[in-house]
This record gives sequence, C-alpha cells and structure tokens, in this order.
Amino acid sequence: MITVSMTVNGNAVSHDVADEMLLVEYLRETLGLTGTHVGCDTTQCGCCTIHIDGISAKSCTVLAAQAEGREVTTIEGLAKGGELHPMQRAFRECHGLQCGFCTPGQIMAGAELIQTWEGPLDEQQVREEMEGNLCRCTGYHNIVKAILMAVQETRGSIDA
Amino acid sequence: MYPFKYHRPTSVADAVKLFEAGDDSAFLSGGHTLLPALKARLAAPSDMIDLTVLPELKGIEKTEGGILIRGGTVHADVAASRLVRDTIPVLAGLAGSIGDRHVRHRGTIGGSVANNDPAADYPAAVLALNATVITNRRRIAADDYFTGLYETCRQPGEIVVGVEFPMPRSAGYAKFRNLASRYALAAAFVACFKAGVRVAVTGAYSSGVTRVTQFEAALDVDFSAEALHALSVDSEDMLSDAAASSAYRANLVKVLTRRAVARQGGVHIYK
Repeated sequence: MITVSMTVNGNAVSHDVADEMLLVEYLRETLGLTGTHVGCDTTQCGCCTIHIDGISAKSCTVLAAQAEGREVTTIEGLAKGGELHPMQRAFRECHGLQCGFCTPGQIMAGAELIQTWEGPLDEQQVREEMEGNLCRCTGYHNIVKAILMAVQETRGSIDA
Repeated sequence: MYPFKYHRPTSVADAVKLFEAGDDSAFLSGGHTLLPALKARLAAPSDMIDLTVLPELKGIEKTEGGILIRGGTVHADVAASRLVRDTIPVLAGLAGSIGDRHVRHRGTIGGSVANNDPAADYPAAVLALNATVITNRRRIAADDYFTGLYETCRQPGEIVVGVEFPMPRSAGYAKFRNLASRYALAAAFVACFKAGVRVAVTGAYSSGVTRVTQFEAALDVDFSAEALHALSVDSEDMLSDAAASSAYRANLVKVLTRRAVARQGGVHIYK
C-alpha cells in the first residue's frame, strides 16, 4: 500500500491505495467519480481523459501514485457552481453526443485543447488533435462542430 | 495487473540503487507502453521505479553541433520546443506525430528509445540523425545502440538520460500509418550530413529500426527521388501481419524514402 494525496476537482483527498492502482480506478472506485469512463483500457479510446495540472491525460495509463501532489480535474469538476463549462454547453447545443459513453472524455479533451492551444484553431486542427478520442457512434461531425462553437464562444471568433 | 512496489526516486543514482535492490525491477518513464503491457499481464515486475518524478531528466538544450533532449522530456514538449523547431524542425514534427495528443503529454523520448518498439518513431530519427544515446553509464553511437526488436545494448539498471542530436544539413520524414493502431506501418527518415546521407526505416523491418545502406549509397551520388528508381529492398527482411504483407511493406519503404528525399524539411504523414 501507498498513501496518495492530491486535489481532485478542488478538494484535497488522501487515501491508502495499492501501489499498482490506476488513476482511473482511484477516481471511479475510491472516490466514486464514475463520470470518467473506461472504454478500452488499452490507451486508445480516450473515454478516461482527465486533466492533470491542466494537461490532458488518459487516466487508465497513469498510476494513482503518479498523481501525488497534483491537481486533477474530472468531468464532474468542469461545471462551476451549477454553470456548465462552455464545452459542455456547446456539446448540448450541437448535439455532440449520441450514446454518450465517450462524451466525458471528448469534453475533457476539447476543453483542454481550447484552453492550451496557441494560435488559430480550425476544423482540420481540431480533428487532428482529437484523434485520441474515439466515438463508436461515429458522431464526429457534431463533436467537431461543438468544439468549434466553444472556441468561438471563449475566443470571440472562429480562427481560420 | 500483477502487484508491484512503487518507488519515487530522488535522483538518477537513487533510481539505480532502487532498481538494483528489487528482484525484477522496471523503470517507468511515461508508461504509455509499459502500463498497457502490465494491464495485459505480459510482465510482472516486482518494483516500479518512477523516473517521471526526476527534474534532472527533463529539458532541451543547445549543444555545440546540435541539441540535447533529456530522457524524461515528453513528446509534446519536443514538438512545441522553439529550439528544436529552429535547429531540427523535422524532429519536432516527428514528435508531434507520435500517438495522440494525450499520449504526447506523457510519453518520453527516453522511454521510446529504451523500449525500441519496431514501429516507434524516435528510433528512426536517432539512427538517421546519427545521434548519441547517453545513459547514466556511457555514451553510445546510434549505430551500436539498437540491436533488434525491443532490444538495445542497454544493460539492466542502465537509464537513457538523454539523446544528443547533431544538426543535419537537411532532413525529411515520411510515415504511412497503420489505419487501426496509428503506429507506423512503415516510415523513412532521411538526413543529409556533410559526411553523407543516412536513411533509417521504422515499422517495416523484422529486425526493428534499420539503415538502408543501398539507398544511402545511391543518394550520396545523386540526392534525388529518381536516384532510387532502379533499387529495391528485400521483402524477406520485412514484417508481415494482417495490416500489410512483407511485399507491401518493401514497396512502402522505397516510396516513403523517395518522398522523404523529395520533400526535405518536413514531416509527411499518410493515412
């Protein structure tokens, strides 16, 4: 066992966990934050995407112990005081989901992308940068549309 | 995943000490190959030494004739580095083509070079650019470093602390992706130096990353895509799987090398 301490969605947490516990297991099973999904468990689908210190990561491929001292944000921590994050609003507005399983990962990936990307962000770049998030309903068009809408909302215009 | 003991070393020297104290230790340097392998129960290390916590393994510096990238530097940082873009832009482009955005936030050059996956991108750059792999014990020329599929000349407890790349006159990288895995089905890195042309291919050869010396000799005489017209590589040396036969890969090696020659200065990804 190892003691891990980190901040999750603004709350300080600390638990004794198995050394080999994955961060996604810690989030889902220890903290009960089941919004972060496990789709493939092989680092491909991106359903488990979260932010570690503001940078996106696939939480099925990070040990809980590796998040020691970090600030972790999950889909549950994105809305602020009942107000949806612009990316969540855009997904709702653009019908950016069908079955919804991949949606938490898509939204976390999209939110990090528009937060950290420097310079213009056009449709082609969004498609390239979102390559690590798979949608088995193949609803990609509306996912891309939603992200571009959130870009417009947060930056004032779609750069092209 | 089988249980293991997780360790957070305080220095490279401490990491080696922890490694040697374990029965069957492993280094974690990004973990984007190792952790999936452990989840599939393909390995069962007793002790996991986390190198990602060591600041001394991060960073990119200018050297006399090129750049030094420390082993723990993640792909996203190499891709975004102004220094790499100004010195060896193709290397920045290659780093930006690895895996996907989230993978590039965690995966490291040291991990990639230590693992030597037969379809990984970095080994092609290291070999074609005649780089020097620096470990905690020695400096190793790229030509001596890679020894086969997932094999290098590293000894147990030997950590890739950095890779030193000399600046070429020009370079180009052309990659054809596996449509499912997005790894290279074949990719060619072509670098021009005063001393001659170096061509390294990843993804295709059953021996792992390989220099194509007959292409190099022809390009030394005439650096053009046409110079390779009459040449070919042996399909018997190629990997063969559900995605591509060995004959298909042999053809790709030639096509991609020609494109990397014709389009020096850039990274070209085909999918």
